[in-house]
Amino acid sequence: MSTTANNKAGFGSALWDYLTTVDHKKIAILYLVAGMFFFILGGLQAMLIRIQLISPDNEFISAQFYNEVLTMHGTTMIFLAAMPLLFALMNAVLPLQIGARDVAFPFINALGFWLFFFGGIFLNVSWFTGGAPDVGWTAYAPLSLFSEGHGVDYYAIGLQISGIGTLIGGINFIVTVVNMRAPGMTYMRMPLFTWTAFIASVLILFAFPALTVGLFLLTFDRLFGAHFFNPDMGGNVIIWEHLFWIFGHPEVYILILPAFGVFSEVIPTFAKKRLFGYSSMVFATVLIAFLGFMVWAHHMFTVGLGPIANSIFAVATMAIAVPTGIKIFNWLFTLWGGSIRMTSPMVFALGFIPTFTIGGMTGVMLASSAADYQYHDSYFVVAHFHYVIVGGVVLGIFAGLIYWWPKMFGTMLNEKLNHWFFWLFFFGFHLTFFFQHFLGLMGMPRRYWKFLPDQGLDLFNLISTIGAFFMAIGTIVFLYNVVVTQMKNVKVGPDPWDARTLEWAIASPPPFYNFKQLPLVRGLDPLWIEKMENNGRMQPAEPLGDVHMPNNSFVPFVMSLGLFIAGFGVMYQGGMWILAGIGFAITAGSLLYRSIKDDLGYHIHKEDFDKEEGDGSNG
Amino acid sequence: MANHSNINDEKREFYKSRNKQEMKMQVYTFVMMIAFTLVAFGLVLAEVDAMFTIPIILVLAGVQVLFQLYYFMHMNTAGHEWPAAMIYSGIFAAALTVLALATIVWW
Amino acid sequence: MADDMLKSGNLPEHPERATLEGSNKFMGFWFFLGGETVLFASLFGTFLALRNSNAEGPAREDVFGLGLVFIMTIILLTSSLTSVYAMYHMRNHSFKKMQLWLGVTVALGLAFLGFEIYEFVHYVHDYEFGFRTSAFGSAFYTLVGFHGAHVAFGLLWFITLMIRNNKRGLNLYNAPKFYIASLYWHFIDVVWVFIFTVVYLMGMV
Repeated sequence: MSTTANNKAGFGSALWDYLTTVDHKKIAILYLVAGMFFFILGGLQAMLIRIQLISPDNEFISAQFYNEVLTMHGTTMIFLAAMPLLFALMNAVLPLQIGARDVAFPFINALGFWLFFFGGIFLNVSWFTGGAPDVGWTAYAPLSLFSEGHGVDYYAIGLQISGIGTLIGGINFIVTVVNMRAPGMTYMRMPLFTWTAFIASVLILFAFPALTVGLFLLTFDRLFGAHFFNPDMGGNVIIWEHLFWIFGHPEVYILILPAFGVFSEVIPTFAKKRLFGYSSMVFATVLIAFLGFMVWAHHMFTVGLGPIANSIFAVATMAIAVPTGIKIFNWLFTLWGGSIRMTSPMVFALGFIPTFTIGGMTGVMLASSAADYQYHDSYFVVAHFHYVIVGGVVLGIFAGLIYWWPKMFGTMLNEKLNHWFFWLFFFGFHLTFFFQHFLGLMGMPRRYWKFLPDQGLDLFNLISTIGAFFMAIGTIVFLYNVVVTQMKNVKVGPDPWDARTLEWAIASPPPFYNFKQLPLVRGLDPLWIEKMENNGRMQPAEPLGDVHMPNNSFVPFVMSLGLFIAGFGVMYQGGMWILAGIGFAITAGSLLYRSIKDDLGYHIHKEDFDKEEGDGSNG
Repeated sequence: MANHSNINDEKREFYKSRNKQEMKMQVYTFVMMIAFTLVAFGLVLAEVDAMFTIPIILVLAGVQVLFQLYYFMHMNTAGHEWPAAMIYSGIFAAALTVLALATIVWW
Repeated sequence: MADDMLKSGNLPEHPERATLEGSNKFMGFWFFLGGETVLFASLFGTFLALRNSNAEGPAREDVFGLGLVFIMTIILLTSSLTSVYAMYHMRNHSFKKMQLWLGVTVALGLAFLGFEIYEFVHYVHDYEFGFRTSAFGSAFYTLVGFHGAHVAFGLLWFITLMIRNNKRGLNLYNAPKFYIASLYWHFIDVVWVFIFTVVYLMGMV
């Protein structure tokens, strides 16, 4: 995708451009490509799982391989597909929505991507070096300590590297929103997607350090002989569960909030109404984030924390249904009486509302701690979290991708194929996961390699697998659509959807400096205000002047590569310690280089703007 | 031009005296922090009852941290609304984490 | 404009936040410290959960000595004050004095680190209390070691900045760097206040 747009410049220079870019729009494309790659990888793993479970007592893949595939499916989809795809949308859109020329830390933005990328690659190297992690994406101790080989070490170190990338990426977005808003863009005029991305970034900031520590403890136990999770030496396995879920539950909201944001952009645009209850939407977002930090132990109801702890966490969990309900009703009221256009992003949004509501209701069921003893670790849980993560996050990501595709690439995906994609995916999704509720209630445990015949599980498992194929075909249609659209390369105007927010006021794709003059924001949905009350163009808030831009840099790539190399040394130890030395030296050296070399960026002089006109795509 | 630099000099002097004032506060703060530290160590050395000592030294630590944040790290000056918001959010998440790991770990 | 960033002299009142880049750095670093709070909270929580899990190995009251910890505490607290002095001189735009006080801070930090290394060696040799002795040992060395690593990183950071900018003086480009390095140093001190209280003092009552 990225190269087709630039093939005039030659492949080598385009590649170098992307390796060194600090432009948020190009980093968005990097996140998109890497995220889609891992999404497809995770999808293939899901297909292997479903094929294994197509019939009872199946021998399609071995038990060990099944465990590895299952672990990597979860880990890949959460950390390496969903998060980066959301980061792709945030990078592509957030600075444009607040009228900024770039993010607050372009260099750190690039570093965040490369750390994520090398972390993801590191994790997947394990397939070729003796087996992937095989203990579930939650890696509960002591199972994760007993796991043989280096699979779990790849998990701990790989996620550590990519986690640092996510953390600094989150900080970058927070500062961007706090410091870089255009004149007139007050907090209560920010589009909902910006708001949710902002709040999700705050959650990243406070949730990821717990994972960092958990992964360090796991690494120390496995590789350096510590005893955090070894009960023989006084260790305690519950510490891992707490740390993992103190991170893990906010992580769910990190994923879902930006998806909520996408729908809060799509629905008003295609209902031709402003978002109903904007301020209550903002309030609900903040409240979800706040409550999201106090509910993690609902993943641990059966651990035996005691009735008091369980009750507190059960009540807090159920309370989250309130702000989420506010959001659902606000979307419905936005639709109410609107002049609705059934474009594909809108169809995704309409499919999302009932699907996510079902996932939310099973969530409240699971939150009831007494009943949870029955549901725990069964397919009911699997069905629940796929309803919220696929039905919420994945639908949100695709709605956002289709909606902002013209802004990212200047082309329109084929609407007919988009509708085909939606219906195949949506139908397949419900086929796959709706029946898993009943499998769970019938007692089928999750993560099992096999089930036995004649226990009433055969039919629903077969249906579930058939559904998975529909989802796969749907995704293939989408990928085909992407390829065809980019091959045809038919350019569209700046505002193909007749939308409301600031990103649609500039060219598609935007010039590398985004806004020649910062726009003056006069209210919520600023572009719509100008369309209604003016000539439909944003008024400038400043005279034409020099624009300051950051320099490209290869340092983020090198810095991340250093940690990637060092990871192998730390893991294999012995003679491989040399790799750790080399890797850490590379990272430390590039840190030092970055610190002592002045990087002031450069200026585009106002006289040069005329020459740039009409050539917005290259940076 | 000369007039201009005069105003600048006056401004400079004003800032200087204000910085000095601030510095004075910081030295007081430092003295308090040392005093708190002495009290905390003293309580433990004197082997005062643990039920009394532990809450007291935790409160002393908390106040010391507030001193650090507000005076040494200048959180009491303007433009620190967002830093304060984020530090307090961090303290909130941190408190939950410590509370959980200190109480509900199933011993 | 870009060259102005590197010119020293005639600085505004808050050189650390006067430019957009500086203000971004200032905000971003504070937010990072908010995240670090949770990082250390996770380590403290782990330590509290494992504080009595010494298995067969030595327990808290067997190894800890208050004398050394008291000296370390005073050293680190003082270094916090000296770094405040450095920032005071930065606001008054006297670069030489700022460098001097930063130098004192670094010296105190080095002394602290030296005492910490001595402490660890002392525990391992005289009490056979190591990282692998027990879950308590792992938790202790991880928590205090993470803090020590922060101190070491802070020292390298200060030294790099001092050497790099020694000749050219204070300007709008490096003022934010000095300022956030000093914020980092104070944060290290904040963490230490809890370490000496929760780890050492509470281990001795």
